[in-house]
Amino acid sequence: MTKTSISPLPVGSEWSAEAIAEYDEAIGRVAEAYGLDCYPHVLEVISAEQMMDAYASIGMPVYYNHWSFGKHFLATENRYKRGQMGLAYEIVINSNPCVAYLMDENTLPMQALVIAHAAYGHNSFFKGNHLFKQWTSADAIIDYLVFARNYIAQCEERHGFEAVESVLDSCHALLNVGVDRYKRAPKQSLEKETLRLKEREAYVQAQVNDLWRTLPLHSVSEAVREDQRFPPEPEENLLYFVEKNAPLLEPWQREVVRIVRKIGQYFYPQQQTQVMNEGWACFWHYTLLNTLYDEGGLSDGFMLEFLQSHTNVVYQPPYNSPHYSGINPYALGFAMWQDIRRICEHPTAEDRAWFPDIAGSEWRQTFDFAMQNFKDESFIAQYLSPHLMREFRFFSVLDDDLLGKLQIKAIHDDLGYRTLRQQLSEQYNLGSREPNIQVWDVDLRGDRSLTLRHFTHQRQGLHENFDDVLEHLSNLWGFSVRLEQQSLDGTVETIGERKTERRRN
Amino acid sequence: MTVRIVDRRFDSKNKSSVNRSRFIRRFKGQIRKAVSDVIDRRGVRDIENGEKISIPGKDIAEPRFAHGSGGVREIVSPGNDRFNSGEQFDRPQGGSSGQGGGSAGRDGEGLDDFVFTLTRGEFLDIFFDELALPNLVKRQLEHIEQYRRVRAGYTQSGVPTNINLGRTMRDAAGRRISIKGPYSGQMRVLVAELERLQETVADDDPELERVQGAIARLRTKIDALPFIDPFDLRYNNRIRIPQPSTQAVMFCLLDVSGSMDEERKNIAKRFFMLLYLFLTRSYERIEVVFIRHHTVAREVDEDDFFTSRESGGTVVSSALELMRDIIRARYPSGLWNIYGAQASDGDNWNDDSPLCRELLEHSVLPLCQYFAYIEITEGAPQNLWAEYEKLQGTHPGRFAMQNIGTVADIYPVFRELFKRRAQERL
Repeated sequence: MTKTSISPLPVGSEWSAEAIAEYDEAIGRVAEAYGLDCYPHVLEVISAEQMMDAYASIGMPVYYNHWSFGKHFLATENRYKRGQMGLAYEIVINSNPCVAYLMDENTLPMQALVIAHAAYGHNSFFKGNHLFKQWTSADAIIDYLVFARNYIAQCEERHGFEAVESVLDSCHALLNVGVDRYKRAPKQSLEKETLRLKEREAYVQAQVNDLWRTLPLHSVSEAVREDQRFPPEPEENLLYFVEKNAPLLEPWQREVVRIVRKIGQYFYPQQQTQVMNEGWACFWHYTLLNTLYDEGGLSDGFMLEFLQSHTNVVYQPPYNSPHYSGINPYALGFAMWQDIRRICEHPTAEDRAWFPDIAGSEWRQTFDFAMQNFKDESFIAQYLSPHLMREFRFFSVLDDDLLGKLQIKAIHDDLGYRTLRQQLSEQYNLGSREPNIQVWDVDLRGDRSLTLRHFTHQRQGLHENFDDVLEHLSNLWGFSVRLEQQSLDGTVETIGERKTERRRN
Repeated sequence: MTVRIVDRRFDSKNKSSVNRSRFIRRFKGQIRKAVSDVIDRRGVRDIENGEKISIPGKDIAEPRFAHGSGGVREIVSPGNDRFNSGEQFDRPQGGSSGQGGGSAGRDGEGLDDFVFTLTRGEFLDIFFDELALPNLVKRQLEHIEQYRRVRAGYTQSGVPTNINLGRTMRDAAGRRISIKGPYSGQMRVLVAELERLQETVADDDPELERVQGAIARLRTKIDALPFIDPFDLRYNNRIRIPQPSTQAVMFCLLDVSGSMDEERKNIAKRFFMLLYLFLTRSYERIEVVFIRHHTVAREVDEDDFFTSRESGGTVVSSALELMRDIIRARYPSGLWNIYGAQASDGDNWNDDSPLCRELLEHSVLPLCQYFAYIEITEGAPQNLWAEYEKLQGTHPGRFAMQNIGTVADIYPVFRELFKRRAQERL
């Protein structure tokens, strides 16, 4: 990149629309020079209160109504007003065009930081990363949310909001076991959704009725069915299973389940790429603004304010600090991307031994490959370097409830690097972070009860609130629900049961 | 190409207000209890402000399947300052290093109380939720002495000033056209015949005379049709609709005799404040009259009412007499909703108590919407209590009395006094 001197950008802390546009243009020019591939974006200026609104609905500009969002709003508001927390600088929506929110209380340097971070950093990640490409449809999400909001509002009018709330409560309880972890979600589109809505309602109802048919059509197939399992394969997506198979749900209830499931699915990639995504955005706001500074476009005062915020964001307190609350994804992500660039540009002998394929390579190409093809778990397994483990002074503690003491499994030394890296990667594996619970069996001919099975991992049991979740599941299913737990040695025990027998009036 | 910047600061404010009110609705039980605790705890003067409310986190938790404690877990943490591989050490108390795979942190937070801030409106709404003065609605509807006149179409009777000319003329024209119709037909026939006769017969033909006579008679008939008939008159109609009075006056009667110590006065003060707050929610305009008394009663301003010290004996009837006189002089009962609140330790001169009852029964209660008496005493009821008790049976719903021991009793007592009674809402 050639260092050309450019005319200085506006200074001072007061922002104006013109100043923001100037900054956006300058940042966009630098981003283009670096070859960042982004969706077009829109900047929306909002107030602090609107920012809290957006927080409460998981950052989405439109969302259906539910008390739990009110709860989040109250909690956020309380913490914010008491100064216990600042609001995040930015919320960015993975849509096309990408929408980035700027809070009107922020100073001009902060606005520039947010533009670089969200409108260019996150934006390019959304466009490039394979998970987002595969699982979310940036073109359709806003339309789908509008559809969802209207549909649920209609349901509330028709069936009373208590009835809708009850279904939503139950769906929310199953949200983290309501995603397809492996299958690809089909594209959504507003027209298609609306068009097929009626059709689907009728069709699904017919399917369900068929499954629960009490009058046998053919006595031959009846005999075959006797010992046929249902579902033939265990199903990991509980909400999907409920939507398609719950015997007593009304068509509108099925649609509500579907809406919650679809939106949950949309957020799934974000959970899987937190470290990468935030790190990527931090790397780029840091790099873009520094480049602008080197070109002479930014004042020293701007840089000081920017660096102070940046440092706060990427600070990692040590494990024994009172501020410690786990690994800061911003810190780890930023450090990893910086480290990858270092390995590309100034590799040491150690880096060449560990990363022969990227040491000394063109960093922008390496970056794009890494950004496009990984998620947190694999990204860490692939790119966490010994250098960085030493810098973070990582250590791994084994906590086995059968042993009297905790044991240090590995530290940042030659013996420990591989264990540490594998362990940290495992820590970001959503599959092992969330309990593995699947739909195991439905008693088709008997009491129609639904059996879930929890496959334990490392002897970890379930949190005691599973009874409440079962309650919600049986609310949707309409009949008894059982939860079994299968241990590593294959023994199965029933750990929870909800007896329900509901008849459609 | 410049970027599109949209200023959204001025649209769609309070997007969360629906969700917020749903949350409050859903957990009304818990929130109400928390509000009640708050009121017990602190001075009533702050009641006008919003309030930080804390309700048990587990009541509002949203359950999810998650890992519990136990089993084998391995956690990577940053900032190693002392450990070497293979070292063993005791589990730290409190589990500060036990970050259970990221989910324990969230669960831990869920167990704590959920703290949030209610706005002033929300707080007071919950506070007053089931609170309404007995008979409030009923008496307003029954006892209306204020009316508003509104237009209500037209009538056929009324006073001349109310005649609606437009309507009247329109109806008169209609009447004239409808009655004149048949005559005009006959007239056309007669005129045609007259013309035919004039051409065919001689001037003195009797037939001609007959037709001319008929025409003259018909014309007289037509001319006799009145331009305006009393039947046509239309008057603007105005009816009186009852208008509930939107102003109230509240009488605070406080015993400041020697036997009322500071603490008792404080209790009384809170009682008055709660009533005042309630009235501010029900009426647009409220006046407060402070009357304090020992052996003689005086009307004072608010500062004097609570602060100055007096001593001596007690003659409660003096205050009631003053209240009655003030009502008569300044607050005609038709225009004002009158509320009385009396606080005393119940210690009165023995021969004065029956007089108090009579005053209340015959002079004060008939003018009042509601009269509440609290006796602040920890011991047995005093003689005033015994007299007032006789009133309770004869004026149900308009007179209430309660015995209060400590500050903590105020709120429950207040609710008891002003409890909304189901049958009264019917």
